[in-house]
Amino acid sequence: MPTVLIPTPLRKLTNELEEVSAAGATVGELLDNLDRAFPGLKDRVCDEAGNVRRFVNIFINGEDIRFLEEKATPVKDTDEISIVPAIAGG
Amino acid sequence: MDKPSPFFSNLKCRECGRLYPKQAIHVCDFDFGPLEAVYDYDAIRPVLTRAAIESRPHTMWRYRELLPIDGEPTVGTQVGFTPLVKADRLARALGIRELYVKNDTVNYPTLSFKDRVVSVALSRARELGFKVVACASTGNLANSVAANAASAGLKSYVLIPADLEQGKVLGSLVYGTNVIGIHGAYDQVNRLCSEIAGKYGWGFVNVNLRPYYAEGSKSMGYEICEQLGWRIPQHTVVPMASGSLLTKIHKAYGEFARLGLVENSPFAVYGAQATGCAPIAHAMKRGTDIVKPVPNPMTIAKSLAIGTPADGYYAIHAMRQTGGSAEDVTDDEIVAGIRLLAECEGIFAETAGGVTVHCAKKLIDTGKIPRDGSAVLCITGHGLKTQEAIAGKCGELRLIKPSLREFEEHVYAKDTAAA
Repeated sequence: MPTVLIPTPLRKLTNELEEVSAAGATVGELLDNLDRAFPGLKDRVCDEAGNVRRFVNIFINGEDIRFLEEKATPVKDTDEISIVPAIAGG
Repeated sequence: MDKPSPFFSNLKCRECGRLYPKQAIHVCDFDFGPLEAVYDYDAIRPVLTRAAIESRPHTMWRYRELLPIDGEPTVGTQVGFTPLVKADRLARALGIRELYVKNDTVNYPTLSFKDRVVSVALSRARELGFKVVACASTGNLANSVAANAASAGLKSYVLIPADLEQGKVLGSLVYGTNVIGIHGAYDQVNRLCSEIAGKYGWGFVNVNLRPYYAEGSKSMGYEICEQLGWRIPQHTVVPMASGSLLTKIHKAYGEFARLGLVENSPFAVYGAQATGCAPIAHAMKRGTDIVKPVPNPMTIAKSLAIGTPADGYYAIHAMRQTGGSAEDVTDDEIVAGIRLLAECEGIFAETAGGVTVHCAKKLIDTGKIPRDGSAVLCITGHGLKTQEAIAGKCGELRLIKPSLREFEEHVYAKDTAAA
């Protein structure tokens, strides 16, 4: 199963786990499955309409899903998914 | 442990308004909205008067009630209060009645506005007990974290894209910091830093210390108002990378008006980007607040090359709300902007300064900033840091033998013939 890196603000929902595994053929499915394992997680990442929130970035192996197919982006078993809050400049 | 500040009470989510304690956290647990410092302006008003400010040393800390630390500043106590230069020759060249340059190329100690944010972030990092500080940087922030951490005796790590200008790499290494070059664009450096910050408990100035860091930029706005004789400038042009500086200058003007330190006069803020990485300017021009990230920034203005600008959304709202707008310029225009500022005012700015100057020219030429108005340009970093960008593009060295005849023949005769 793909690995998902959990950012600090979400670890209260994952029993402080920094890294979890979740199944899913796409980012959207993976988020749904994560939400089943850790209820409430999807609400934090997605808004009421189900879109990824403005200040959340999701990467697959370092690629921002907004440059791929957003939530429809396919996910492979070996992929590493990061959920990362937006960061100020430098 | 310092006594809590009576003026700075909490962090607050900009999106949902939830309050958080003043810890090393930067996003809301519920919607990932950025956290921002909250102040008690009623408590600040009687204390922070013009007379009180004028009685204090000429540093950014003369506005300390409006900066988010508990005790006295301990890092970067000499930062800020850079010159506000009345730029008459540049005003004539750009065709505007009145123009000022806020010259942070001479900020102390690392010649960019980043000393402002680092001064606050590291003072707060010490209050929170961090022993290791770090940052994700396009160069200037790395220089400032490295220098200020060195003088504070803190261990530091700076993470930068691998392809930065030599001046910016050396300008970090010299302080004995750990410089880590990442094979990737700044946005990937950022992502990695966010993961590292969560793992090792380091104080990342622009990640978990971001609410403190970001507030430091406000001091540039306060200084502009004070140096103009306690008034808000009509038009302010600000370079945008993440968009944070623009939103904080906007906030600074608003706070000064709210505190009665300046008249609540109308003002507009304008954002400047490089065309090769202009996600905020392009969204502004499209008339939307949805900032489309730029996957592969391509510009000589590397300090502005942030493809996923965290504060883009708020920068757009600040510009729109004040009647401002945004522009972007090509690499050639950036070089022209650097030269124009240097030739008119004797100020050598880095590429971001060229962006700001040439965007100002465009804003004036298109009537967005009126020719009979008064404007301030925020020049944020020194040109010695980005020499590669202008090498071979501003005249050539003329070589002669140490002989008067050669000087007369090759220099004086030619120059007088040309004149």
